[in-house]
Amino acid sequence: MSQKHLPSIHVHHYKHTAGCATEVMPVPDVVKISMSQHIGAPCKPLVKKGDYVKVGQLLGDTEAFVSAPIHSSVSGTVTGIEEVRSANGGKDTLVVIETDKQQEIYEGIEVPVANDLPEFVKAIRASGLVGLGGASFPTHIKFNPKNIDAVHTLIVNAAECEPFITSDHRLMLEDAEDLIAGCQLVMKFLGLSEGFIGIEDNKMDAIQHLDQLLAAKGITNIKTFKLQARYPKGAERVLVYEVTGKTMNAGVLPADLGIILSNVTTIAFVGQYFRNGMPLITKRMTVDGDAVARPTNVIAPIGTQIHDVIEFCGGYKQEPRKILMGGPMMGRAIFSDELPIVKNNNAILAFSKAQALVKEETACINCGKCHQACPFKLIPTALAKAYEMRDAQALSDLKVMQCMECGSCSYICPARRPLAFTNKLGKGVVKEAGIK
Amino acid sequence: MDKKFYNNLIVSSSPHIVTNMDTTKIMSMVILAMVPSLLVSVYVFGMRVLVLTAVCIAASMFFEFAWNKLMKKQQTVGDLSAAVTGMLIAFNVPSGLPLWIAILGCFIAVIIVKQLYGGIGKNLVNPAITARIVLFISFATEMTTWPLPKALQADAVTGPTPLGILAEGNAADLPGNMIMFIGMHGGSMGEVSAVALLIGGLFLIWKKVISPIIPAAFIGTVFAFAAIYYAATGTGDPLQMGIFHVLAGGVMLGAFFMATDYVTSPILPMGKVIFGVGCGLITMIVRLFGSYPEGVSFSILLMNVLCPLIDNFCQKRMYGGAKK
Repeated sequence: MSQKHLPSIHVHHYKHTAGCATEVMPVPDVVKISMSQHIGAPCKPLVKKGDYVKVGQLLGDTEAFVSAPIHSSVSGTVTGIEEVRSANGGKDTLVVIETDKQQEIYEGIEVPVANDLPEFVKAIRASGLVGLGGASFPTHIKFNPKNIDAVHTLIVNAAECEPFITSDHRLMLEDAEDLIAGCQLVMKFLGLSEGFIGIEDNKMDAIQHLDQLLAAKGITNIKTFKLQARYPKGAERVLVYEVTGKTMNAGVLPADLGIILSNVTTIAFVGQYFRNGMPLITKRMTVDGDAVARPTNVIAPIGTQIHDVIEFCGGYKQEPRKILMGGPMMGRAIFSDELPIVKNNNAILAFSKAQALVKEETACINCGKCHQACPFKLIPTALAKAYEMRDAQALSDLKVMQCMECGSCSYICPARRPLAFTNKLGKGVVKEAGIK
Repeated sequence: MDKKFYNNLIVSSSPHIVTNMDTTKIMSMVILAMVPSLLVSVYVFGMRVLVLTAVCIAASMFFEFAWNKLMKKQQTVGDLSAAVTGMLIAFNVPSGLPLWIAILGCFIAVIIVKQLYGGIGKNLVNPAITARIVLFISFATEMTTWPLPKALQADAVTGPTPLGILAEGNAADLPGNMIMFIGMHGGSMGEVSAVALLIGGLFLIWKKVISPIIPAAFIGTVFAFAAIYYAATGTGDPLQMGIFHVLAGGVMLGAFFMATDYVTSPILPMGKVIFGVGCGLITMIVRLFGSYPEGVSFSILLMNVLCPLIDNFCQKRMYGGAKK
């Protein structure tokens, strides 16, 4: 079978930590748990200063449809509710808990039982699960598609195409049982007949491990799917095309094509949750970058401040000038290492001056490499020119709204032009002009 | 290290890493790709080739540097695009050209064609090509005094190029295609050796500096046009004359090194096809029906002017752009 591919680029992998087994970090003195760890309405804190909370206890929730509850990752005393600036510059509410290190488990924790889809979806919501690949879309909504009878295929996104990050890779090696159990649960309750785990071919050990495990269990309707180790094979619309050959048009959801697409960590959590009943309170992440003394993979309680995670990894070996939540292609540069870990963190990267410096931008030489790199065949250089003119119509005609901000164009640009950023700004121009 | 909190971090939009292939590296590769042709040229025409090349590169870089200095603009001489322009100008003139004329050519290319339009990336037409045409029209004698290869110099030191011989109707005197391929014939200093240019061109394609579309369309059109013409008129062997026209004059140099200039060629693949075919057609029309023996530079210049139209004309096919 010849596989069809969308345009992609080779990005240096920097997977230094692929061989670093995950270490569980001890509970820090203080955790700060964000009430906004998902797309949608933020949660309202259900605890107040002075309350004693236990591991797994509900801390925040809301009535809003698009949202997910938030649980305590530690046992300890709530010392305050802080209003702070969030990583993306907006407002956020943090529940600050001084930990007692006892990690006393909340009484209400029990392994969920589900007999049908509504019960399954209810359990997923109660677990606080959101898309852990980065988008943090509440999973209970994704697992309850309107066209439930039409969906047939599960695609697990284990591409991990971002450089540096190896947390999904480690998960597949260390928690493969949970991953397979998660796949089976989702497929059972959503009535899906086949499942594919899409993995880039720079993780052959993970592919082999899963293949062996699936064969040993006699599972034939779940298969690993080998992807080229090129960027950005883990983007939703790219992955759907690579695995099924189906084109996802603008504004179409995977479910419209009969596909449930979910991140590998999300699916593995489903398996874990139905094994031990503990809501989403810890997160596995890669800690790397040339400013970190001991890069490795870590499981940290959600709410752990970044400097505590770095401290666990030997601290800074040189002054960090840029800290990223997520990978270097799409991750967010944050303004302080006091920010806490949230559900969708899959990496903390701390770069020294040498790695962090922004290169000087020079004139566009019209080489067209940005167009060749774009998975969706957009023309970033033309978009950048349209943006300079603030020409909303031209931006819209050149399909700026299709841009997923994967960063391939900026990466490849020999003139160091921030094309993905210009696209992001261009979307604002189109929205402002109200062009549909 | 003590536990320290950092609040003075650089915050910028993603991505946070970039390729190390920048404009300077691309230009260096183009220069590297021209070295084989330069070496053959030194062998064929002697040391004057090196003097002329060095002077053109130095003059172009000086003009670029001085202009930016004078206009208080970002200094761009380090990106080596001026060096490429200088080298191409040297490649496009006879090796015996008086140096002051060559320097004038560099001035026209760098200042008039490139900087007056806004510098790198903003020029409408290829600087080296335009400079060559201006010189060709202004200094017709100097620009068409073609030194013969040293090995062939018997009683004369200069003589017509193969295309000149053809234009005068002396098809029987044409050098063989093998000689043309290697480069032992008269012509502009950098365009004589098809094999050396091919090596450089393939290197650029292999390194993904240029796309093969424009050279393939350009050379393919020249060959097809010539073959059809000679088959229809019966004035020569179609295959042999097709190959001759590809090897003669500036086709190889133009197709690989000048028609592929990023700034003045289309971005989209379909545009590149139109551009390359257009270059080939105009080249052959000038050669076979025009009053000049050679048409490569005119063809590239004309297609440069059409480039924005071609890019606009080409249908843009984005992935999944259909309305739902």
